[in-house]
Amino acid sequence: MQNPSWMSLFATYFIPMFTKGIEVTVPLTLISFVLGLILAVLTALARLSGFAPLVAIARFYVWVIRGTPLLVQLFIIFYGLYQIGVTIPAFPSAVIGFTLSVGAYNSEIIRAAILSIPKGQWEAAESLGMTRWQAMRRIIIPQATRVAIPPLGNSFISLVKDTSLAAVITVTELFHEAQADAAVTYSPLVMYCEAAFIYLIFSTVLSTLQSRIEKRLDRFVA
Amino acid sequence: MAMIELHNIHKQFGSLEVLKGVDLTVDAGNTVVIIGPSGSGKTTLLRCMNLLEFPTQGTLRLGDYTLEFQPGTRVKKDTLIAFRKQTGMVFQGYNLFPHMTALQNVMEGQVTVLKRSKEEARDKALRMLDKVGLKDRADAYPHQLSGGQQQRVGIARAMAMDPKVLLFDEPTSALDPELVGDVLEVMKELANEGMTMVVVTHEMNFAREVADKVVFVDHGVVAEQGPPEHIFEETTNERILQFLNKLRH
Repeated sequence: MQNPSWMSLFATYFIPMFTKGIEVTVPLTLISFVLGLILAVLTALARLSGFAPLVAIARFYVWVIRGTPLLVQLFIIFYGLYQIGVTIPAFPSAVIGFTLSVGAYNSEIIRAAILSIPKGQWEAAESLGMTRWQAMRRIIIPQATRVAIPPLGNSFISLVKDTSLAAVITVTELFHEAQADAAVTYSPLVMYCEAAFIYLIFSTVLSTLQSRIEKRLDRFVA
Repeated sequence: MAMIELHNIHKQFGSLEVLKGVDLTVDAGNTVVIIGPSGSGKTTLLRCMNLLEFPTQGTLRLGDYTLEFQPGTRVKKDTLIAFRKQTGMVFQGYNLFPHMTALQNVMEGQVTVLKRSKEEARDKALRMLDKVGLKDRADAYPHQLSGGQQQRVGIARAMAMDPKVLLFDEPTSALDPELVGDVLEVMKELANEGMTMVVVTHEMNFAREVADKVVFVDHGVVAEQGPPEHIFEETTNERILQFLNKLRH
């Protein structure tokens, strides 16, 4: 095959792949990240609660998710649970898998951010008569958020790329489209490079967005 | 009438006993200055007064609340909050909230804890900032203020809660020498207005001028107390003389 036809293949399949990216990869990423962050905050608070059963549950969850491959988790959710009568369609299965993963990894980021706030901030809040929860909500979390945003941004960008794993549980996202196109065109090199290119566009846009947010947050930090 | 009464207060950290039976009375409207060598327990003593530290043993009365402590005593959350609302604390490291302006710092406790309306809290906060000479810096963030200004915001923040007692934990120790004066000036003014204050400090001139009572804490007990003239001029206590002598050099 010659170069010109590579170019035309690239052009022909750009729109279908990019569309799958916008229609499936982006929503999958956003939904999983938002749900995952909620889970991450709850897990971090559970670990910091000092209440033994909660601490144990949170630690167990993080231990299992971080210690097993995401790919295997996705297979268990989509192909495995079917055997005990739990049938979850592909897209929700992917959302569950990614949410659990985002929740576990980011709970450690959030926990570290909360612990990084000096003890004096707690004391100042408590000496005003705030409850632990008021201090957490009004004083600690706003400051911890600033600390957590850069690592959370990195984790978000990784998630965009990780969603390509959803292809193996039949979610028709960007990479799934690339696989299908490669099979039709007999041109895997062009098609997979094209997929890589589109992921690169997404992650570059997000990185730019991330550094803007970080700059905004920096304004109030000494 | 005594505002604060401590009786036989003990505080133990692990196997280290920092306070070994402190008795202390602070009368309403008085300024009591606590002095003593570092490690003597004076900061711990102050922190027991608003329950940032829980005494391991003893009786603590402040305003309307009397608390008895035994090892393992747990104070109910509501009592703890109500107790703390009676006191305001000014910290050595200021501990302003860095994500809030000076004005927001002074409003925060009023709105969150005292449930005052935003307008009421803002008015009060501006009056307090005016009192400490910082009304024109109301919209500055802590990192835009000098140490002395931050500490004065800290005082305004504590005052805005209308506490019965103000506790100062080495309020000028972290400041550059040229900024100490402004902070002490504000404290002097509060003392003259009849605020009840307990001050841990190394500023002996402040103690001499402002204190109604000076308390010398050493090895976890009150070694001697009395009016400033007594502590600074008449005492024959070897440890106090040693301590004062060291400060002079």
